[in-house]
Amino acid sequence: MSALLSIERVSKNYGPRIGCSDASFELWPGEVLAIVGESGSGKTTLLKCISGQMEPTSGKVRYSTRAGREVALDAMSEAERRFLIRTDWGFVHQDAREGLRMGVSAGANVGERLMAVGERHYGRIRSTALDWLGRVEIAGDRIDDSPWSYSGGMRQRLQIARNLVTAPRLIFMDEPTGGLDVSVQARLLDLLRGLVRRLGLAAVIVTHDLAVARLLSTRMMVMQGGRVIETGLTDQILEDPQQPYTQLLVSSVLQV
Amino acid sequence: MTPVLSIEGLSKEFTLHQQGGTRITVLENVNLDVMAGEAMSITGQSGRGKSTLLKLIYGSYKASGGTVRVLHNGAWVNVAGAQPRDILRLRQQTIGYVTQFLRVIPRIPAIDIVAEPLIDRDVAPDVAVGRARDLLARLNIPEKLWHLSPMTFSGGEQQRVNIARGFAAHHPILLLDEPTASLDEENRSRVLSMIAEARAAGSAVVAVFHDEEERRKACEREVAL
Ligand SMILES: Nc1ncnc2c1ncn2[C@@H]1O[C@H](COP(=O)(O)OP(=O)(O)OP(=O)(O)O)[C@@H](O)[C@H]1O
Ligand SMILES: [Mg+2]
Repeated sequence: MSALLSIERVSKNYGPRIGCSDASFELWPGEVLAIVGESGSGKTTLLKCISGQMEPTSGKVRYSTRAGREVALDAMSEAERRFLIRTDWGFVHQDAREGLRMGVSAGANVGERLMAVGERHYGRIRSTALDWLGRVEIAGDRIDDSPWSYSGGMRQRLQIARNLVTAPRLIFMDEPTGGLDVSVQARLLDLLRGLVRRLGLAAVIVTHDLAVARLLSTRMMVMQGGRVIETGLTDQILEDPQQPYTQLLVSSVLQV
Repeated sequence: MTPVLSIEGLSKEFTLHQQGGTRITVLENVNLDVMAGEAMSITGQSGRGKSTLLKLIYGSYKASGGTVRVLHNGAWVNVAGAQPRDILRLRQQTIGYVTQFLRVIPRIPAIDIVAEPLIDRDVAPDVAVGRARDLLARLNIPEKLWHLSPMTFSGGEQQRVNIARGFAAHHPILLLDEPTASLDEENRSRVLSMIAEARAAGSAVVAVFHDEEERRKACEREVAL
């Protein structure tokens, strides 16, 4: 077995400003890594760099394919990279509108992902879409509705279904519960926890919420000022934080 | 007899950055071997570092110095310095841990909390849930509570869910932190017999017991911190 994703000294500068600096880590199959830190600490920049949405200024991102071949993201052609992202990866945005196609129905949002990986049979596409709506707790009779008619929590669940329907091996999430009501957040978290565990997914989750990290992740990475300042098992970071900033972060939540 | 757990020169110091960088040395140069099937108790006054030692063995705390070697599938793994994924594998198969307090996972029913360590080992769900039912029944958790989250349970009920979870899967090493502290007489003796059964099945036990009589019943060796 080898690492699914290998990040080597990834940095991203926005002109003179540092987005993220010198990040290295490996992600193994089934691991869920939470990247935490205050806003502006570079979490999203790093997530975009490692998920092929943004070109890092320097450093390498390598991915180990289903065929066991290791590929460097920057050495792939645009078409190869797009195919990989479509088939093997998922990306859940904080704002569901970024991750959904708002102009088509909920069913089409899920179905078109299947078509993108070669499924052509209409009946099968529809029944798979229906099945996935059920798994994310969306009533089947809402399949033909537009995502505009959905609540924030429903949109987020639809986005998750759209991402998971093609059975990706790796999923990236940026504040997946951000901007939702607390009760809606809780339900979404339970759903995500169940899905991630059942499917044995590997995931990288950016969050500023330590409760999200505790519930979903096995490992944590703490960022401050664009740098990774501390990494470790989730329970170890929460129970025995080493760095001053991490101690501040952990002590400022009442109970994680 | 060969050890299954071998601790050498272990130390733990906390630096409290939020409180002027105060340093607290809790453990210094701890050396300890635990043999297969052996039950050892850790004694010492409150605040002496008993829970800290168990957390260092489990990898929830980071050692400041020394090694904590655990025999895992026939090979030694040093928890102090192992990669997170190696520690997770160790926890899944080799080290079980009953914490002093249950850390409730919100909204997850008691029965699933107990079955989870088995599910993580790819045990069939109906077998895992069956085992969870047996344990909860044995620890006198009323059946009507099984499908509720322990968030609203009493302290003693939470502790029994915690114990059931710790005993769900067989582990060659079991860490027990005051497992009987909040239990009544009847449940205490049930826990003691579960410990005896785990030992008969080959588990080594490292335990903290408040009560001296229980400690003597459960463990044959004692280490004072
Ligand atoms: N995460 C932590 N950060 C800072 N200090 C800690 C931490 N965990 C434990 N300590 C300190 O280490 C010392 C030992 O604590 P520990 O919980 O191991 O004691 P104990 O022997 O288990 O006590 P008790 O019998 O009361 O359970 C205490 O002074 C405690 O304040
Ligand atoms: Mg203690």
